[in-house]
Amino acid sequence: MSLLDATGVGKSFSGISALSDVSLDVDAGEIVGLIGPNGAGKTTFFNCLLGILPPDSGRITFDGRDLRGVPTFKRARMGIARTFQRIELFVGMSPREHLLVAERARNRSGALWKDVLHLGGASAAEAARVQEMLALLGLEADADRPVEALSLGVGRLVEIGRALMTEPRLLLLDEPSSGLDRDETAELAAKLTVVQQERELAVLLVEHDIEFVRSLAARLFVLDFGVLIASGTTDEVFADAAVRKAYLGDLV
Amino acid sequence: MADLVAAVLRGLSFGSVYALLAVGLVLAFRTTGVFNLAFGPQAFLTAAVYYDLHVTHGWPMYVGLFVAVIVVSPLVGLLLDRLLFRFLRNASEAARLVSVLGLYVAIPQLIFLWFGTNAHSNAEGIVPGGSVTYKLMDGVFVSRDDIAIVVGGLVAFGGLTLLLRRSALGLRMRAVVESTRLTELAGVDAERSSMASWMLSSGLAGFAGVLLAPVFAGQVDYLSYQTLVVAAIAASVVGGLNSIALAYAGGLGLGVLQQILSVYLPTNSVLASGLRPALPFVVLFAVLVFLPGLSRRRAVTDPLAGVDPPPPALAASERDPYFTRLTHIFAVVFFAGVGYWLFFHASGRWVDLAVRATIYAVIFLSITVITGLAGQVSLCQATFAAVGACATAQLAASSGMSVLVAMLIGAAIAAAVGVVVAVPALRLGGIFLSLATLAFAYFFSQVIYPLGWVSGGSRQPDVPRPLLGPVDFGPRHDKAFLVLALVVLAVVGTLVIWIRSGTTGRYLDAIRGSEVAAASIGISVNRMRILAFAVSAAIAGLGGGLMASFERSPNVVSNFPPEIGLVWIVLVVTLGARTVEGAIQAAIGFIFIAAVLLPTWVPWLVNLQPWYHMEALPIGLQTVLFGLGALTYAKHPEGILEFNKRKSYAFFSRHIGPGRKKRDGTGGGAPEPVPAGSAS
Repeated sequence: MSLLDATGVGKSFSGISALSDVSLDVDAGEIVGLIGPNGAGKTTFFNCLLGILPPDSGRITFDGRDLRGVPTFKRARMGIARTFQRIELFVGMSPREHLLVAERARNRSGALWKDVLHLGGASAAEAARVQEMLALLGLEADADRPVEALSLGVGRLVEIGRALMTEPRLLLLDEPSSGLDRDETAELAAKLTVVQQERELAVLLVEHDIEFVRSLAARLFVLDFGVLIASGTTDEVFADAAVRKAYLGDLV
Repeated sequence: MADLVAAVLRGLSFGSVYALLAVGLVLAFRTTGVFNLAFGPQAFLTAAVYYDLHVTHGWPMYVGLFVAVIVVSPLVGLLLDRLLFRFLRNASEAARLVSVLGLYVAIPQLIFLWFGTNAHSNAEGIVPGGSVTYKLMDGVFVSRDDIAIVVGGLVAFGGLTLLLRRSALGLRMRAVVESTRLTELAGVDAERSSMASWMLSSGLAGFAGVLLAPVFAGQVDYLSYQTLVVAAIAASVVGGLNSIALAYAGGLGLGVLQQILSVYLPTNSVLASGLRPALPFVVLFAVLVFLPGLSRRRAVTDPLAGVDPPPPALAASERDPYFTRLTHIFAVVFFAGVGYWLFFHASGRWVDLAVRATIYAVIFLSITVITGLAGQVSLCQATFAAVGACATAQLAASSGMSVLVAMLIGAAIAAAVGVVVAVPALRLGGIFLSLATLAFAYFFSQVIYPLGWVSGGSRQPDVPRPLLGPVDFGPRHDKAFLVLALVVLAVVGTLVIWIRSGTTGRYLDAIRGSEVAAASIGISVNRMRILAFAVSAAIAGLGGGLMASFERSPNVVSNFPPEIGLVWIVLVVTLGARTVEGAIQAAIGFIFIAAVLLPTWVPWLVNLQPWYHMEALPIGLQTVLFGLGALTYAKHPEGILEFNKRKSYAFFSRHIGPGRKKRDGTGGGAPEPVPAGSAS
């Protein structure tokens, strides 16, 4: 059985169908790409997976558990983490604090009574895990600067680090390369590969950058106008005529 | 039948005024992004000007109307825009709300200075011979005033709809709210269209103000304007603060409903006597909680908001330890001196004031939690304090338990009430949450408080002072009570600091930074906010209980009316909502300005003004100061205290500090924040 299994997911906004009958699965430990032109419904699908939008039809299971009616924060606790296309960082906090908050949220070590008794500080083990993640992502130099002072590329890494601190089994990446230049994208791909292999993480990658997807994903799903038009291994999909027409245009 | 028709007709004229104000609120919100709570006071101002010109000074009706509605009230709007709101255009929703609250508490007091606080009678409407009535059927009459109100409302509604839908100006005004910066990039002069919005909406408030007097039997009285604005808020929320047509319909509906209820509800039941005056609040709360769609409407986020510099960290986090030690030594010496003087030399009055300031500091820490840490503007903090006061009083008076235990239970009850308010309100967020808390504050004071088991009926319960073994905190031992209050303040202040620096504070910071991102790492946003509400309500309740014990009576009506909660918010946020010092200084200001500075200085000010014709000073004059203080919030959203700390530290590190030389090379302690957008 797959780790994530979405069957026949549909969603429409006041009569306009954004997704219809989309089925997708991700196995443990693999990287799967979800591609499609702008407006194809990729982000809507993401929001359905995370419980930000309720799907009108279909069924989504994670690790065999039906996700219907499970709020976003509980899905996060079950092991689904994500990053955002328009980065969503905690204004005023440093990367270290971002990771620490995520670490504590995972441990659920935050309790009001502990704060009230002044036991709310980070334990040595937690601080060490944060340091480890900072090192893994190469964020040590920027660890204590406020996030507003960081470049977009570093911001994306902070988001990935924050997501990884929750020890997810499935990581949803929403266009991680958008706004990054060629070098930054290559660096991001390299770091993602390292992390993914080290943790045997499943990744669902929504992406525009074809090279980036090709270098990472083993399997692809292609959405166009809310309909799944192709799926299979990366090479098969790129060979598919319909995909080339919808996504890459006639010229390619 | 005739009763019903008469009630509906009366309701239509009431409702037209509600509708007119509601339409003005929606217009202002859609075209300026500001939810203008000061609308009622603005309407009152115009009505007062008109009354003064026409009735007091005998100017002809239309000249008076022209000056009041066409000249004065748009001018007020223009002034507000130039002096205040243009600085707030890119500010957060909370910043705008606090500034408006400042106006809401300051404007009426300024009007009282010249117009007096008592109701003025024999006011006239906008048509001559307004009280002339026409008979429609048996027992049903309409007056010229009624007709003028309904027609005036319709004309204003139609005109605005056309303006917003069809005109270029309307389009520009709507665009400026979405993103001032984007609109300016598109070549629109945002300044001018915002000025136009303010003048127009203010004019509308003025128009509603002069229409209103005849509905209230020719009385110009601030109280009716206050209720009015709540009704108008309820009507505007019906339209989601977005639809002018729904706001208009909501206003009419509310007016009619109110009049029908007053005919058909039995007059002697508790329900009727409680519900009738509170209907607008009940409707507001119900609409907020039950209207679907509101929850999905999030605050307008500016796509270019990323270019704003981030809020600075607490000043203390970037000072060098030497300076911090110096200020700590100074603080200890100063407070030891004040303490010595209070205990050995000061008169009883000063001790009394010091106790009050300490208790208010405790209460204000509740605002530090809910607004400073959780980022929510709650307008019912006075209600939580009132709950604590009532619970302490009832428990101590009826069951004879120790008053200290009663205070703690009172705090727990206040926390429970906080949860009850927070659970339905939290799915709203932003301005709607604040409005729901405001509705609850009025609902409590008008419906729940008068119940016998809450207030103790006509006879207020006697609350004892605490007695702890050999230590007596009784009425002859105010100094002992002062120590008790200081201990409570120290404990609560320490807890707030621990919560701020602990995990709870970090989670709340994360939620303020980004709700979706916080949820994506497994933080339950609602649970954290409910927790913040509960803690905040408990602190306010504890303060209320202390005050009840100190005054030996709950005194809810004089100490904790709903409006005072707005003054508190304004004061604390102005001085600094993130820090404990902010709450303490706000409390000192709250007590001493009213009790010491104003009585000394105001008579002197009054003597300077020969035209000042009031016998007694308006009680709430200090709120003018506090309210106007909120206007500085636009420039220093971190609070005046933090701003000054930063300034004094900058001075220190430039001229005195040991790290002076070293610092010159590196260019300051903290890294200069770079806007996120420009770095990418």
